[in-house]
Amino acid sequence: MLEVKVIDTVTINVDGELAQVPKGVNVIEAMRVVGKEKEIPHYCYHPKLSVVGNCRMCLVEVGNPMRDRQTGEAILEENGEPKIGWAPKPVIACATNVSEGMHVRTNTPSLVDCRNGVTEFLLINHPLDCPICDQAGECRLQEFSAEHGRGYSRFKEEKNVKPKRTRLGPRVTLDDERCILCSRCVRFSQEVAKDDVLGFVDRGTYSTLTCYPGKELSNNYSLNTVDICPVGALTSTDFRFKMRVWFLKRTHSICTESSVGANTEIWSREGKIYRITPRRNDAVNDTWMTDSGRGLFKESESEERLKSYSVDQVAKSLDDAIAATRELLEGGSIGVIGSAHSSLEEQYLLQKIVKHTNASFEMIQHTGEGDGLLMSEDRTPNLRGALITGLINQLPDTRLGQLKEAIEGGQIKTLLVFNEDLEQLGIDLGSLKDSVQVIYFGSSKNSTSEQAKVIFPSLSVFEKDGTFVNQNFILQKFKQAILPPMGLMPDYGVLTAILSELVENTHTVGMPSMESLWGEISKTVELLKSVQWSEIPEEGLALNGDAFASMNFVETENLKFKPTLVSEIV
Amino acid sequence: MAIEEKRLILKYTDQPGYTNDIDCYIKHGGYEDLKKAFKMKPEDICEEVLQSGVRGRGGAGFPAGMKWKFLDRKSGKPIYLICNADESEPGTFKDRQIIHKDPHQLIEGILCSAYAIQAKLAFIYIRGEFFEGYKILERAIEEARVKNFLGDNILGSDYSCDIIVHRGAGAYICGEETGLIESLEGKRANPRIKPPYFPAALGLYQCPTIVNNVETLCDVKHVINMGGKEFAKIGTPGNTGTRIWCVSGHVQKPGYYEFPCAGVTLGELIYDVCGGLLPGRKLKAVIPGGSSSKILRADERFTGKKKDGTEFDWGIEDIPMDFDSLSLVGSMSGSGGVIIMDDSTDMVEALANINYFYAHESCGQCTPCREGVPWMKKITTRMCTGGAREEDVDLLKSVADQIAGRTICAFGEAASWPVQSFIAKFKDEFEAKAKEQAILRKQGEDTATETSLI
Ligand SMILES: Cc1cc2nc3c(=O)[nH]c(=O)nc-3n(C[C@H](O)[C@H](O)[C@H](O)COP(=O)(O)O)c2cc1C
Ligand code: SF4
Ligand code: SF4
Ligand code: FES
Repeated sequence: MLEVKVIDTVTINVDGELAQVPKGVNVIEAMRVVGKEKEIPHYCYHPKLSVVGNCRMCLVEVGNPMRDRQTGEAILEENGEPKIGWAPKPVIACATNVSEGMHVRTNTPSLVDCRNGVTEFLLINHPLDCPICDQAGECRLQEFSAEHGRGYSRFKEEKNVKPKRTRLGPRVTLDDERCILCSRCVRFSQEVAKDDVLGFVDRGTYSTLTCYPGKELSNNYSLNTVDICPVGALTSTDFRFKMRVWFLKRTHSICTESSVGANTEIWSREGKIYRITPRRNDAVNDTWMTDSGRGLFKESESEERLKSYSVDQVAKSLDDAIAATRELLEGGSIGVIGSAHSSLEEQYLLQKIVKHTNASFEMIQHTGEGDGLLMSEDRTPNLRGALITGLINQLPDTRLGQLKEAIEGGQIKTLLVFNEDLEQLGIDLGSLKDSVQVIYFGSSKNSTSEQAKVIFPSLSVFEKDGTFVNQNFILQKFKQAILPPMGLMPDYGVLTAILSELVENTHTVGMPSMESLWGEISKTVELLKSVQWSEIPEEGLALNGDAFASMNFVETENLKFKPTLVSEIV
Repeated sequence: MAIEEKRLILKYTDQPGYTNDIDCYIKHGGYEDLKKAFKMKPEDICEEVLQSGVRGRGGAGFPAGMKWKFLDRKSGKPIYLICNADESEPGTFKDRQIIHKDPHQLIEGILCSAYAIQAKLAFIYIRGEFFEGYKILERAIEEARVKNFLGDNILGSDYSCDIIVHRGAGAYICGEETGLIESLEGKRANPRIKPPYFPAALGLYQCPTIVNNVETLCDVKHVINMGGKEFAKIGTPGNTGTRIWCVSGHVQKPGYYEFPCAGVTLGELIYDVCGGLLPGRKLKAVIPGGSSSKILRADERFTGKKKDGTEFDWGIEDIPMDFDSLSLVGSMSGSGGVIIMDDSTDMVEALANINYFYAHESCGQCTPCREGVPWMKKITTRMCTGGAREEDVDLLKSVADQIAGRTICAFGEAASWPVQSFIAKFKDEFEAKAKEQAILRKQGEDTATETSLI
């Protein structure tokens, strides 16, 4: 199932030892393969941006096997080894690609001197305000200074003075004195965000990062510049001064904003989320994510959140709510409106309920404008999960179809709704009040919850474990970062309990584990055969979506998505 | 005894009645070499240039024919020729003379070269401050166009090439060839990393590009005129053709003087050609190839072995003025800017002056140069204004050592070599200044001496 790519390798000699590294990569990347202790310090190089080689931190010594100019034959040493012609000066690792037989020295005294020199230079005009700097704890300059700094200053002159608090845009604040002029942010804006608003003005040591006059750094990717800024020059206006990063717990998660499924990291402390940042996944989002996706955690802190189970609009225990639900479901004439926001596990369980109760099922497609990058037209994280689990077998419409007629025609007595607001779907609950009972699963109050018979508050993606399947049929895992509101269970727990009441007539206590859920899923869902929860890799598992290739998915081309034209599939 | 110049490039300039219009140029045999070139195959011209051994006059002294050979002709992309007329190295003022007084010679040289490398278009990147030169070139190009020496189907052939004159915006770094190319593309003149951006492969608009200095391109015209072999007879093997030395500083007759390579010694240049030092002064030091080249001390002995194995033992006055000899004595001929200093010179101030220039001109892209060069400037400025400390000498050298060889472009060396060489050769003066100021500071006296710092 896992596609194993065969990568061409070359053999290079690193500090006297042979190593196999991928062909054609630069020396920094090659050393990542070789091992941690060979890491080459660097600032300006970023794997997803063009190489400019301006920080000069990554200097290494490089030599190549010498060849005779005339004959092209290798020149050998007396011992038969190829003679190595060393470059007369150190070269930058970021702009030097490995080749067969190359020799690399990473740690000679002269190289250490180079790095120490660069470090000293970067610090002479630096304000050294780490104690009040947000980047402290995750600052490349701070880290490398610990190793390469001299601990005292030889600089007795006056430091340069530059602007300290420049608003670059609605979400990004710049401190020019901390900027090391690596141009990562400039290159990101040009090359990835395609919004060329940043640049340097003035020359030499007075070079200053700024926005073009009359422009702002306001695109929906602006906060990525904060992530890639190796120092505390670019800071998130929202996160600034809120929390020291070393106090924060990091949890792997997935962005729910669209079917892209950007890999994220949730930074939390004591049940509170402080920020969300992208996590590298070259098949999904490279190292980027949208600004809007970073703010999604604020929704789950909203006042409008549902916080208790209820029956007839009165707070009740979970058991009472389940009992009421069982009664309604056993009464037959059931309609279910599912959601592509639910996790794959929840969709799987719901599919079982739908089958068991012989319910009429529909789902709603939520779309918006795509940005060609990391925000796709499908604004749900898990539409493909619903296809894979068999919850749906065709793409949903953007509104209700036959189910609406059935509801209004009186054929539906109980309506199980996930996330949707019926009013927005054109159903006037007020007039149907006596004929239809609603069981509502959702995280926030809306007109449907206000009139529902039973309410199960859902948990946010940050409060539970689970998986989504993204636009490219990559199965991706997210983990619980913070505790849910007191006493609440994730939907998959509630659904498991309802199922066992309905099917086995037993009362379960407590939540099912992901392992046990996947034990079942891996036996029954064709595409997930023999996939175990613990074996889903952090970078996701690429599933074979060929069976759905003829479907007219709404996504158009974006960073990692190429639509297959239906005409191409014959 | 005055030594006679042997002018090749400046042959007619400064002659009474010689003007910079096309009629005068043609009257003196102008554009005949272009006609000759068009009767040759482009690759044969390249071969002649290679045989001539002519080396770049812009600074690095790289053989032009060899550079042309590196052109990536397989890419199928258009080839560009750029004439580097940014002339900003302190102490250098030869290109401007050519442009002002004999612009057609440059145009002819450019067209011969463009034809040889089959360039689609040629540019003259002229220093922004050379406004007069710009106007002269524009007019000369129009004159040449009217006579069909450039433009479409030059001289009735099927080769077409135009020349665009582009004014720089006033930064020294625009003279560095990849910075120049960026600037020509409309960006900040941030030099590019090499590899991969060698102009001959990925130059202007990522197309193969040749950048040559004004004087180098003029030489090409004479190579065609005489043939490569004949041209190579001027000067010595490996140091062919003439060079225009720009002599400035403490001599009686500063100016530009053209000689065959190794045609004069440094002593002859100072005493015979430039009329010697000012009355009562003694020679203290010479910077032989523009402010970035390493300084030579007047009382040094230079010994060692030449390429051909023969030994040399020179005093400063014996150094033959050519590429190889100046690198043998640890410096370089660079851009030909010979700066003479007599015993009235305060070496700390002289270095402070040079540092001021380089600190002001660093493009600011790469860390060592951006931070290190202004640091050196701050130290030497402080040393001149009363704050000299004994440890400053070693600090200066250490900072310079942390820059040279570790930067994107050769500016890093250009800015460190003066510091390294001043300190290697005049350490005593730096230390003396520090001691003297320390005593004054101790006595509570004003340490600031009168300085001529800019
Ligand atoms: C900092 C710096 C400044 C330079 N300035 C000039 C200049 O003003 N004029 C020039 O012809 N070459 C200059 N050069 C040299 C050019 O980079 C390039 O080598 C030269 O134009 C090539 O021409 P040539 O081979 O004919 O000498 C400079 C180089 C550096 C590193
Ligand atoms: S703000 Fe940060 S990312 Fe941008 S150039 Fe400065 S140091 Fe680099
Ligand atoms: S060495 Fe100096 S001038 Fe050259 S690229 Fe670096 S900062 Fe710019
Ligand atoms: S990483 Fe900055 S120069 Fe290589």
